Amino acid sequence: MSALPDPQLPAGHLADAWRRTREGLPLIAPARRGAFPLLVVGTGLAGASAAATLAEQGYPVTVLSFHDSPRRAHSVAAQGGINAARALAPDGDSVNRLFADTLRGGDFRAREAGCRRLAEISSAIIDQCVAQGVPFAREYGGTLATRSFGGALVSRTFYARGQTGQQLLYGAYQALMRQVEAGRVRLLCRRDMLDLITVDGVARGVVCRDLLSGALEVHLAQAVLLATGGYSNVYFLSTNALRSNASAIWQAHRQGALFANPCFTQIHPTCIPSGDPHQSKLTLMSESLRNDGRVWLPVRAGDERPPGEIPEQERDYFLERQYPAYGNMVPRDVASRRARELCLAGHGVGPGRQSVYLDLRDAIARDGRDRIAARYGNLLDMYERISGDDPYGTPLRIYPAPHYTMGGLWVDYRLMSSIPGLFVLGEANFSEHGANRLGASALMQGLADGYFIAPATVPAWLAGHGAPVLSPDHPACRAAVARVQARIDGLLGSGGRTPVDAFHRRLGRLMIDSCGISRQASGLRDGLAAVAALEQEFHAEVRVPGGASGPNPELEKALRVADFFGLARLMLRDALAREESCGAHFREEHQTPEGEARRDDEHFAHIAAWGHGRDTAEPILHREPLRFTELQPTTRSYR
Amino acid sequence: MSRLLTLNLRIWRQDGPGASGAFESHRLEGVSADLSLLEALDVLNERLIAAGERPVHFDHDCREGICGSCGFLVNGQAHGPRPATTVCQLYLRSFADGTTLTLEPWRARAFPLVQDLVVDRSAFDRLIAAGGYCSVNTGQAPDGNALLVGQEQAAVAFAAATCIGCGACVASCRNASASLFVGAKLAHLAQLPQGQPERGRRTLAMHERMVVEGFGSCSSNLECEAACPKEVSADWISWLQRERRRARQS
Repeated sequence: MSALPDPQLPAGHLADAWRRTREGLPLIAPARRGAFPLLVVGTGLAGASAAATLAEQGYPVTVLSFHDSPRRAHSVAAQGGINAARALAPDGDSVNRLFADTLRGGDFRAREAGCRRLAEISSAIIDQCVAQGVPFAREYGGTLATRSFGGALVSRTFYARGQTGQQLLYGAYQALMRQVEAGRVRLLCRRDMLDLITVDGVARGVVCRDLLSGALEVHLAQAVLLATGGYSNVYFLSTNALRSNASAIWQAHRQGALFANPCFTQIHPTCIPSGDPHQSKLTLMSESLRNDGRVWLPVRAGDERPPGEIPEQERDYFLERQYPAYGNMVPRDVASRRARELCLAGHGVGPGRQSVYLDLRDAIARDGRDRIAARYGNLLDMYERISGDDPYGTPLRIYPAPHYTMGGLWVDYRLMSSIPGLFVLGEANFSEHGANRLGASALMQGLADGYFIAPATVPAWLAGHGAPVLSPDHPACRAAVARVQARIDGLLGSGGRTPVDAFHRRLGRLMIDSCGISRQASGLRDGLAAVAALEQEFHAEVRVPGGASGPNPELEKALRVADFFGLARLMLRDALAREESCGAHFREEHQTPEGEARRDDEHFAHIAAWGHGRDTAEPILHREPLRFTELQPTTRSYR
Repeated sequence: MSRLLTLNLRIWRQDGPGASGAFESHRLEGVSADLSLLEALDVLNERLIAAGERPVHFDHDCREGICGSCGFLVNGQAHGPRPATTVCQLYLRSFADGTTLTLEPWRARAFPLVQDLVVDRSAFDRLIAAGGYCSVNTGQAPDGNALLVGQEQAAVAFAAATCIGCGACVASCRNASASLFVGAKLAHLAQLPQGQPERGRRTLAMHERMVVEGFGSCSSNLECEAACPKEVSADWISWLQRERRRARQS
């Protein structure tokens, strides 16, 4: 497929590079903007903010969402907060420090120019959200409150109780609905994007399925923006909402968009663990709990006593023991790996010994129950509902769960994929998080992309490349519809007997075992073979009841799972090719004697951008080298 | 090993808006009490699929009580018997062995039925579109600290803003009123300095849209507050009436 395009990185000093880039971008006169219809897929933070902002500028925007309302997008579930470098507090935070933390947190596997831009934009995001009426937490004096969050040594995380994502999303959703009312956004809900339409290698529209009528629809535009989120649901059990899926980005990949760093997936250390086989998801407990909770396990493996009966000297506060400087606040991947090791060694607690304690006892003794309730009340209520345990009286049980995918479609500095006219925003792109994302940075990136970056770069591309919108009976549209129809017919006609979920559950187990917290070559190779076999079995044995017309949630699921197989194989392949440990990607062959990740900057300081091997089965790997000027790669050390 | 129980489910089945519907009974034996009610429906659906029948259609997504997708009546109560709980967070341990649960969709003129337990709540989006926002384009925002908001005031605005748009308030009101939904959004924005410039216009526009969409007037039963999974206070409904007077007079 396509070679690696120019990433369009800015020249000269990093600081201010984004302002200089923006000032050089061509503009479109307000009176002409109505002639450039745009298509936005997804209504999470990135999609809703981009659609609203582009419509405010005068572009006619069509928005597609698989939800019944844009307000349901999974950004709504983000709990902890949003980072911003306001550089006013005396704790030494600055744009430069947020930039450095992002680049270091990503273990030097992201572009420095992108990280720098994110830090520079961060403060304006907070201003925008405040102006929309987002009810951020405030200090007594009325100024914006901040807290320190997962792995940061400064207090730069803005929050709205434990529902920051919800409040930010409603801000963007309301801005979007304002544009719907103004007639500048056409909102189409309950639509699943199932394919991308390209002509001469340029994105011109999408095919989607109306989830109520079952009809296949063609939507055409001058540019297509995908903001369709991440792919943690490849693991079946994850913190993602059940319908979160990769079909839009995966089908775009099959049409030629490069997929970058697919193996960079984040496993979040603080989730409510799994129990019953029919459990449908793993619920995240915001890691802000690690500010006040102490993580521990019994010193003695196989200790069956209830936590209250285990005396202090027989508790192993293993993160505090191994990382005295950071303690319970070590980065997510480190915390996850240490928990997994001890559980494998038999120290785990709860059903199947698959969890660790997160204990609020000392914080409650220090601050009082009321203050802990004020800080985490809604989280603790949720824990109590799900687990049936009282978290004020007995330690919470937590375990790592797939949570966020740093990988995604490759984009250049202007967020355009390797398919001209196709832009990718938010978690759907491979973005600035490198091999690991800092806590409270996902919301920042989604909104930076949607409010500030895409609204500058998409019109710049249109100014030079806009072509008349296709006619819906163009052969490219008919071909795309035929591809989707063939996939649907194949699934409905399989004649098997097994429900979709049974395959998804097996795929998830395969992936968490072979490509989860810890990976090694033989496991990855076995995983590749097993996923390929499972995929074949799926197409032969799956049962999708009902037909193509009318609502059919099982068909929706089957289409998504069918796409997860291909993506799973690409993740395994990428994990196999990356012969180093970096960030959340931990290869057992590449570790120090102390069990820490060993990065290989000589051979792997690159973005792995995979092209879909259309005629050959093998995907094609392109390497975009990473260069660092402001900050040189250092070995991460949290000891 | 967790407790196992038997559930008798009476579920409203209706192929589509034009079709006639009826209750269908299913018995689920040996399900874990640690499953949620929606997970029990997943189990039932796997069995229906294996038997070649159409699975039960219900809206759901995040399964952690924040997206607002799920919602139906459980024994006549919106989201079931537990306070401050969406139906996805309703765990079977709340029920005795052998319980019968009757599941039926939200019933309101403004929420037309789609299929089984699924209704169309897009009227809520149109209510927000009528004025549930601050009209500020991207890039026009002043410094976030230029407007001071007291801690208490921010907390009050936040509490109103936590509404997840699930529709339980409408479903539990005998007039199918959206007063709590509208009151919550108006209150969220009216408690903040950012919401002041459009305060009166917003109140009148959202109230007018509520009537147009076919929602009834407040029935003063306060069932909405009891059913609300986010415990939004019905005080905002009486506040809403005062706001309307205030808006009309200004």
